[in-house]
Amino acid sequence: MYEKNGEKYFVVDSHMHYWDASPENWVEGAEQYAKGWIECFHAYQGLGPAETHQPIEEFQRVSEDQLMREVFEEGYVDKAIFQSTYLREWYKNGFNTTERNGSLFEKHPDKFIVNTRFDPRDGDKGMREFEENTKRFGAIGAKLYTAEWNGDSRGFKLTDPEAYRFLERAQELGIKNIHVHKGPTIWPLDKDAFDVSDVDHAATDFQGLNFIVEHVGLPRIEDFCFMATQEPNVYAGLSVVIGGLMHARPKFFAKVMGELLFWVGEDKMTFGSDYNIWTPRWQIEGLVDWDYPSDEFSDYPRLGTEGKKKILGLNAAKLYGIEVPEECRLPAPGEGAQLVDEREVAQA
Amino acid sequence: MSISFLTRPAAGNGADDAEVVGRVWEALRSVRDPELDADVVSLDFVASVELTSTGPGSGHVAHVSLRLPTYFCAPNFAFLMVADAWDAVSTVDGLVDVEVVLIDHFASEAINAGVAARAGFVSSMAGTEVGEAVSELHELRRTFTERALMAGTDLVVRPLMRDGATPEQVAAMTLADAPPSADLDRLRARRQELGIPSEDTDPLVVDPSGATVGVDALPLHLRKARSYQVGVDANTSICRGQLAVRYGL
Repeated sequence: MYEKNGEKYFVVDSHMHYWDASPENWVEGAEQYAKGWIECFHAYQGLGPAETHQPIEEFQRVSEDQLMREVFEEGYVDKAIFQSTYLREWYKNGFNTTERNGSLFEKHPDKFIVNTRFDPRDGDKGMREFEENTKRFGAIGAKLYTAEWNGDSRGFKLTDPEAYRFLERAQELGIKNIHVHKGPTIWPLDKDAFDVSDVDHAATDFQGLNFIVEHVGLPRIEDFCFMATQEPNVYAGLSVVIGGLMHARPKFFAKVMGELLFWVGEDKMTFGSDYNIWTPRWQIEGLVDWDYPSDEFSDYPRLGTEGKKKILGLNAAKLYGIEVPEECRLPAPGEGAQLVDEREVAQA
Repeated sequence: MSISFLTRPAAGNGADDAEVVGRVWEALRSVRDPELDADVVSLDFVASVELTSTGPGSGHVAHVSLRLPTYFCAPNFAFLMVADAWDAVSTVDGLVDVEVVLIDHFASEAINAGVAARAGFVSSMAGTEVGEAVSELHELRRTFTERALMAGTDLVVRPLMRDGATPEQVAAMTLADAPPSADLDRLRARRQELGIPSEDTDPLVVDPSGATVGVDALPLHLRKARSYQVGVDANTSICRGQLAVRYGL
């Protein structure tokens, strides 16, 4: 929890990682990709405040102690949601697997939620792994990385028939939230990696799932925004938006926030630190203090304390059914983010 | 003999060479990143321009190195920039050959070899480690020129609205009604690339198909145009930030 000026903010970090990108984990023959990937992430860290920058060796693999300190002790986070990114083509044991994240969850079950993942190109074997992990960690969320390399393939779409098979199974297994990576870092060869039309279709066809578009489709936020206004079960995941812009480019951050508040609205935006790219502390402090820097932005919707509370934790708490302490709740229950079951009931 | 210029040279010593190098830099200003709608020189994507000469009076060979903000930047856009740079520099007088290479990128080898062989994107990627491509990039280029048109519309029209122009007035305006500016020139250029009329008497606000936008549809059209512009801005700031971190600029 974060407290400022007598206001108490319940914080859900809905997009973070526990990765191993150390050279010992690089796949032989693919070292340049493994190295390129983590260096790319490291350059993103450079967009945060200087005092938070880490040497590359430390950045490649933080210890459990460091993660627990930076996220929960120094970082105000009440509940953190692990998102998986496998990248087995480049990292022997995977970059940030459900199992690796799950190892921390099992030690600190009150602190974490583990999201699983699937890759429709992995076929039946992948389906079994997805089912096992979903059950093992009680997952109600999954992360999809559509630009991931897999054998000869350089990406997939949610609308691929195999992907639909997995989404159907996900619903049966009790998954509620699909986090889709639409943003940097890796690009398929000739497709537009940020094309969100596949999310648009899937969100229409799978009303029992929420789709949280991580990184809001950056750099194509406008396509994301136009789509999100049409789909009640599409949310804006703010990972990279806050970390990559708020400190480094405050004016552009204000514009992006203005656009998101205008098209998507504060009820459907969720905070994610993208740890260990950035630590949560400065992002949370900065967002709570944030306002538009000048009159130039006067035609964008304002973001008040209530909206900040929703973005920092209350929206994600609803999506994941997380109990929020009385002192951190809003005075009156608003509309906004809901577990899909509740929305369906409300609509019925 | 080899002369290296990491930045644009001042006129003076080696004036002939310097002049040719200057022309190469100027030519590179016509090459843009299709996503950011900005030229590769102002984006600092040109790492170096170098001239070599095989002997007196034999002309120069230009060697251009391009760099991008990250190792994994989109290979399709990278390919377009390398190919466009090749085309642009080839028009410079006083050169007998041109070499353009992309450095520090996961697909450098495939892109450099493909562009050097004047091959299309699909055949350049075929059989390489970075994967197979399924389509050429003409459509991608058009898509991004359309986006540039939308973003450019915001840059030109929003100041007019801020100064009090009504939707009715804007919907009736021609290109000649907007005050001259670099943004207006760029908007005209993008329209021309898309085959949309861009004479003084043509309407100021059109959609990416070239159709006029009526007064009823105008507010939403301009609202969307603004979103495109914000997208370009945000993207550019992230790219510039990463390039600076990567190369210590």
